[in-house]
Amino acid sequence: MAQFEYVRAEDVAGAVAMVSADPGASFLAGGTTHLDLLLKDAVIASSRLVDITRLPLRGVARAGDTLRVGALTTMEELAADSVVAERLPLVREALLAGASTQLRNMATIGGNLLQRARCRYFRDRTVAACNKRAPGSGCAAVALGARMHAILGASEHCIALHASDLCVALAALDAIVDIQDAAGERRVPLTELYVVPGDRPDVENVLQHGELITHVEIPLLPAGARSGYLKVRDRTSYEFALTSAAAALVLDRGTIASARLALGGVGTIPWRAREAEAVLTGAPATREVFRAAADATIHDAFTVPGTAFKVELSKRTMVRILETVAGGQR
Amino acid sequence: MAEKVDVDFVVNATARRLTLDGDVTLLDALREHLGLVGTKKGCDQGACGACTVLLDGKRVLSCLTLAAQCDGREVTTIEGLAPEGELHAVQAAFVRHDAFQCGYCTAGQIMSAVAILEEGRTSSDAEIREFMSGNLCRCGAYNNIVAAIREAAAARRA
Repeated sequence: MAQFEYVRAEDVAGAVAMVSADPGASFLAGGTTHLDLLLKDAVIASSRLVDITRLPLRGVARAGDTLRVGALTTMEELAADSVVAERLPLVREALLAGASTQLRNMATIGGNLLQRARCRYFRDRTVAACNKRAPGSGCAAVALGARMHAILGASEHCIALHASDLCVALAALDAIVDIQDAAGERRVPLTELYVVPGDRPDVENVLQHGELITHVEIPLLPAGARSGYLKVRDRTSYEFALTSAAAALVLDRGTIASARLALGGVGTIPWRAREAEAVLTGAPATREVFRAAADATIHDAFTVPGTAFKVELSKRTMVRILETVAGGQR
Repeated sequence: MAEKVDVDFVVNATARRLTLDGDVTLLDALREHLGLVGTKKGCDQGACGACTVLLDGKRVLSCLTLAAQCDGREVTTIEGLAPEGELHAVQAAFVRHDAFQCGYCTAGQIMSAVAILEEGRTSSDAEIREFMSGNLCRCGAYNNIVAAIREAAAARRA
């Protein structure tokens, strides 16, 4: 017997109506996380998958200084966009640093935003203690050992990482997420889409059941800005980040006129480094300033023995991407 | 009881119709329902690349694609790369360079290699390695795989 019913949505309103009306239904886009968790790992359940991949939410359009990206645009399609290549190098680099080409041809931008934790305890249904899967059951990652886990926005309740590379760049850029529900549309800044787990790691974002991400709006960087994404990992390619950083700087004769910085590999949500931005803005673009910015950002880290190395590695990652962006032609 | 789904699609240039449960993956549809066992089931969860096929010309993982999502679309598997009894240029290059050992990952490697040539990501060995990284080879035939792709790319440019 089939584990779920498959239905194909004909339009956005129909898709939203079908999922809103059925607590057991869920949206299916690229499927690279959803089918994995549903069919293979069997740690989530859904009685009905509403396939949204034929909806007209695919493609990239420029409106002034904003890039409006349809939620069903694939990662490869967005990485290939000429405006992204020219004006948002950090987005292109973050996209191409993620997954493999096969997965990037399948995975959508909306799905990337909502990807689930890669925590191996969350994905192993033989592990009982997982507050994300079973609220109140505990956290096996904290108890049993972890490495690819979060240190910021983390606690004894949950240290699962938000593993997206793209979202790190989008957090730095103040991207906006367009969301549709049965009543209408709303716009949420990407940095406010996610919820730090606290004692409810099962609640990952502000979306209600049946709400659909339709577009992501990415403000373009100013013409003179330089930007980049650095991902540090255990192998050169096709691996999740140990730490990463997305940076964008506008320099004026050696002084940082404006700075955007966000971190990956360390947060339970994509982590905007506002403390670093405050230190950087108006300061000279020197290694000492970059290090001070990094030191200001990593505080209140919750580490376990296997993740303690990320405090220093994340700081060095910040310093290196800032040096690269400040010194190079990016 | 969930209804079955009709899937009308083109597989290796032949129109096919299947009536399947909604949760059947493209990989299982190819292997179990169409008898196309050239596409291999490795990890079956999107990590190894053994199940790589072309969907409307783009490489994807058939283990994480539902067959129902392929309705109206075109699938190419290792069996469809060249006419019966002949080899695709990439297949021939893999043979010449001994670009495999046990062979289990090979169909996926070749489908990715065919795609990487189309994508134009073969300007250097480093670029080939980066964009082939979604295909794992436990035997470690990587050097010969890169050599085969380098040669196929050069032949294509000539």
